[in-house]
Amino acid sequence: MLSELRTIWEVLKHTFTKAETVQYPEEMPYLSPRYRGRIVLTRDPDGEERCVACNLCAAVCPVDCIALQKDTREDGTWYPEFFRINFSRCIMCGMCEEACPTYAIQLTPDFEMCEYDRQNMVYEKEHLLINGVGKYPDYNFYRVSGMQTATKDKGEAQNEARPVDTKSLLP
Amino acid sequence: MPTIYIDGQALEVAQGENILEACLNAGMDLPYFCWHPAMGSIGSCRQCALVQYQNEEDTRGRIVMGCMTPVTEGARFSLNAENATEFRSAVVESLMLNHPHDCPVCGEGGECHLQDMTVMVGHRDRRYTGKKNTHRNQYLGPLIHHEMNRCITCYRCERYYRDYAGGKDLGAQASHDHVYFGRHEDGVLQSEFSGNLVEVCPTGVFTDKPFLKHYSRKWDLQSAPSICSGCAVGCNIAPGERYGKLKRVHNRYNHEVNGYFLCDRGRFGSGYINSDARLDYAGIKKTDGRFMAVHQQQAIDTAASWIKNKKVAGIGSPRASLEANYLLRELVGRDNFVAGFSDSEAEIMGTIVRSLKNTTASNPSIKQMEAADAILILGEDVTNTAPRVALGLRQSVRNKALELGEQMGLPPWQDAAIRNLAQDQRSPMMIISAMDTRLDDVASRCVSLAADDIASFGYAVAEVLAGGKSGDVAVNEAAEILLGAKKPLIVSGSSMLHSGIVNGAVAVAEALESQGKQAMLSLCVAESNSLGLALLVDSPLKTKPLTLSKLAKKSGKLDTLIVLENDLERRASNTDIELLVRGGPKIVSMDILENSTLNNSDLVLPAASYAESQGTLVSSEGRAQRYFPVYQPAAERLPSWQWMLQLADACEHKTLSELEHFDQVVAACAASQPLFATLVDVAPMRDYRSQGQKIPRQTHRYSGRTAMNAGVSVHEPQQPEDTESPLSFSMEGLNRDEAASLIPFVWSPGWNSNQSLQKFQAEVDGPLKGGTAGVRIIQSTGAGALQSSEPAEQKLKPHQWHLVPVHQVHGSEEMSANTDEIAELAGRAFIAIGEKVAEKLGVTEGDGLVVTQGKTDISLRVKILSRVAKNCVGFSAGYSETLGLTAGSLVSLVKDQQWVRPTSQMIATDKRTGTQGGSAHV
Repeated sequence: MLSELRTIWEVLKHTFTKAETVQYPEEMPYLSPRYRGRIVLTRDPDGEERCVACNLCAAVCPVDCIALQKDTREDGTWYPEFFRINFSRCIMCGMCEEACPTYAIQLTPDFEMCEYDRQNMVYEKEHLLINGVGKYPDYNFYRVSGMQTATKDKGEAQNEARPVDTKSLLP
Repeated sequence: MPTIYIDGQALEVAQGENILEACLNAGMDLPYFCWHPAMGSIGSCRQCALVQYQNEEDTRGRIVMGCMTPVTEGARFSLNAENATEFRSAVVESLMLNHPHDCPVCGEGGECHLQDMTVMVGHRDRRYTGKKNTHRNQYLGPLIHHEMNRCITCYRCERYYRDYAGGKDLGAQASHDHVYFGRHEDGVLQSEFSGNLVEVCPTGVFTDKPFLKHYSRKWDLQSAPSICSGCAVGCNIAPGERYGKLKRVHNRYNHEVNGYFLCDRGRFGSGYINSDARLDYAGIKKTDGRFMAVHQQQAIDTAASWIKNKKVAGIGSPRASLEANYLLRELVGRDNFVAGFSDSEAEIMGTIVRSLKNTTASNPSIKQMEAADAILILGEDVTNTAPRVALGLRQSVRNKALELGEQMGLPPWQDAAIRNLAQDQRSPMMIISAMDTRLDDVASRCVSLAADDIASFGYAVAEVLAGGKSGDVAVNEAAEILLGAKKPLIVSGSSMLHSGIVNGAVAVAEALESQGKQAMLSLCVAESNSLGLALLVDSPLKTKPLTLSKLAKKSGKLDTLIVLENDLERRASNTDIELLVRGGPKIVSMDILENSTLNNSDLVLPAASYAESQGTLVSSEGRAQRYFPVYQPAAERLPSWQWMLQLADACEHKTLSELEHFDQVVAACAASQPLFATLVDVAPMRDYRSQGQKIPRQTHRYSGRTAMNAGVSVHEPQQPEDTESPLSFSMEGLNRDEAASLIPFVWSPGWNSNQSLQKFQAEVDGPLKGGTAGVRIIQSTGAGALQSSEPAEQKLKPHQWHLVPVHQVHGSEEMSANTDEIAELAGRAFIAIGEKVAEKLGVTEGDGLVVTQGKTDISLRVKILSRVAKNCVGFSAGYSETLGLTAGSLVSLVKDQQWVRPTSQMIATDKRTGTQGGSAHV
């Protein structure tokens, strides 16, 4: 008896508290930058595509909804010829973001992805690529990696010594 | 069998093994880098460390290298002792000090032995804060990409390239932490076996350059067990596909055939499969000479109306499967079937088949050839006609070294010690050829003779072996080395298109047999199914089989001619082709790529390549092996055997229209003659299941299944079903321990690289757990195949030369020459002459010579060889420019005054690197 009364009291008490729910879509809830929503491909601080088409996101994806094909630029750097995410399969688990060695693939707080036609849920690279660095402003994979590019010679990557002269007899 | 103890566990191990092999055989995971089962141990990487204890009381022990420590009775080791695991982890940590942080953009990533070993020892963070050493890369040609920063200096590449494959232009440079592996300067790697560096290198220093252009990770490749169609050796390959394109070809281990290695033609020569010149749809020729694409059924109906109740003949193909050739023969009738060899090749193939069926000598596998201790090669440049065999022969000349090692008590895996001991001492190998061969550098003696003289040489050796005498020093020497050997090997073949040479080789082998020696006789043939086709059409000596020229003569009486995967331009004379094409019969032809025969046909059918179809090929060893489709043919392509079955069905053929499945075709083919009875055992049939499921072509990590086709439609199609083979287009199922002919790829937990092969082998360097793929179908009667030969003397006029075919690993084979990289390496057709002839004609290397053979004049680039038989000149065989030249004919040579020398020795990719900002080798 006492417990029932207490329950009624508790419920009635909430009539006068502030509502946790908001009037979506008139009112937008705050979502943290770490929220796992729509996936984007970001650019490095120099404005180049960050994705190097290493395929790790596709490999780790539990629903296998990422497909891409590697291609090579004239300077020898890698990039995806196509990059496709089938969002009608995506479960927003964020494992692709965790796997990405170049911070290219990132999840955003946008979750509003409704479509009348399911085919529109298939995003190609032009839909995924944004003009920004996303959550990681500084990272540029090719500045760290030992691969030679048009703007970076051998030995100019992070923590690298000048190339060895194999003909030298000096120790 | 000594017993050793590893972490207290007693292991029975084979005498003469090392501890690393013993651990791997026992299924233990002991990391290693420099050791390779085919190349032995040198103990350079210090990775396979474990602790050895003196006795049961010893608790401290000492660290030893597994690969350098032989097993001894009662020896005690620990794999998991703390100091051993710490040592191994420290070794990886130091190897990783200079590693360039580029796994995401590395062509080895995902199948990298270094990645696997790093994970295995548990190394994670680079603690050293100093700078990383860096190296400049080299341009190594269109096949191999070089990225020196990834090197861990295990020396495997140099040991493979120089010691194993006999290459001269790749080696170690500099010392201490500056060690560099490369050429003395940028340039194309000269070895025909350079592609194996990709698989030998435990990390990504050498990667597959054509594969990098359209790269996919190993886990994304759909693979199937296949057989190389580049030559008649029958190497086992595992091609990989993604997005409907054949991405790469990897080695598939076959203990007795190719072992761990392929040649570059086999590895890189399949690019033509992705070519734009592939046919997609059937076409009917309209009156204006152009083709109109038609639906499959319409093409079948048209063809059937031309075949049913008409006089039909068929031309088979030595590069099509046994089944397709068999079906064509049944469809047109045995009397109307031509094998599809050129007339001269048909004759020599008849000789080879009769020899193999009756000889008392054995026809060895490459594994058996590697055990030979004396070799006589008659008229064959093995490196260019059967490349993988030549790599085997390079190992057999090492038997002298192994023998010396054995006398010193050295086990065969003590590689450095044995090489040091033997220095340049090799088992004898004599090469009797018209010109330079690529094995000359390891031969004990090379003799340059014209084709007829090579044949006579063989007979002379046979005579000396039988007790006769010869005045020729070389003949006596050949007889002496063969008699002094335990396992003598005679190698010859069809490349000179001279039956006498084959008969001469048979005579030597049989003379050895009569002296009580177990002789091996290996006869190289030209194409992947040359021997199978020759066996199919083999008939008693007296009956004259139908040849292309005879068929051409009676072409007027034919209504229809069916051509199976055969470009007649390469096989028949121009007059014969003219007779066949203009002579009246409707021509129905099927092929993979566009060629002149297709253009001359009235109906063309698009055939699937080896990667999209299944069939059986018979190698020169007489081994029948099955290849399976890697992926489904695109558009309206069909495997030739399916076209044949559909044609037979539409024609209401009596027996063939009852056949529906591939297995039934195999069974029918097997029943057609006693020799083929074992064809049904070549590979498991389509109802084979492993653990209740088909064998998966895809890895368990195959990615993107719900997105790859979503660009076309988000509604995912069902995986294609394979109703014809025991494999499935799926990742479901188990790829483990099944029959050796069904292993599509190798992978084992923790072992993502090709080193996981050891988990599939019954023992290290032994056969696979599922046996050895393929069935040897030729059982010799042992009745003797000796034939007398009467070489027809050709009278030479002054300024006339015998024309000798010179085969090239890149360029001479029809299909692979359509691959861009191979075409680049093949270069332009050439005429090969000796230095004296060059002087006489006033030409130097790179000049032009007009070659006149009868009425044909061809201008060719001059190539000067160091060793050429008297009165002989060579021409690049199989090149489209030289198809008009006939081996053995007489030619005259005149300097071409209009010839423009090519401006540079560089090949196409060298130039392209400039415009691409050096992408080829950065």
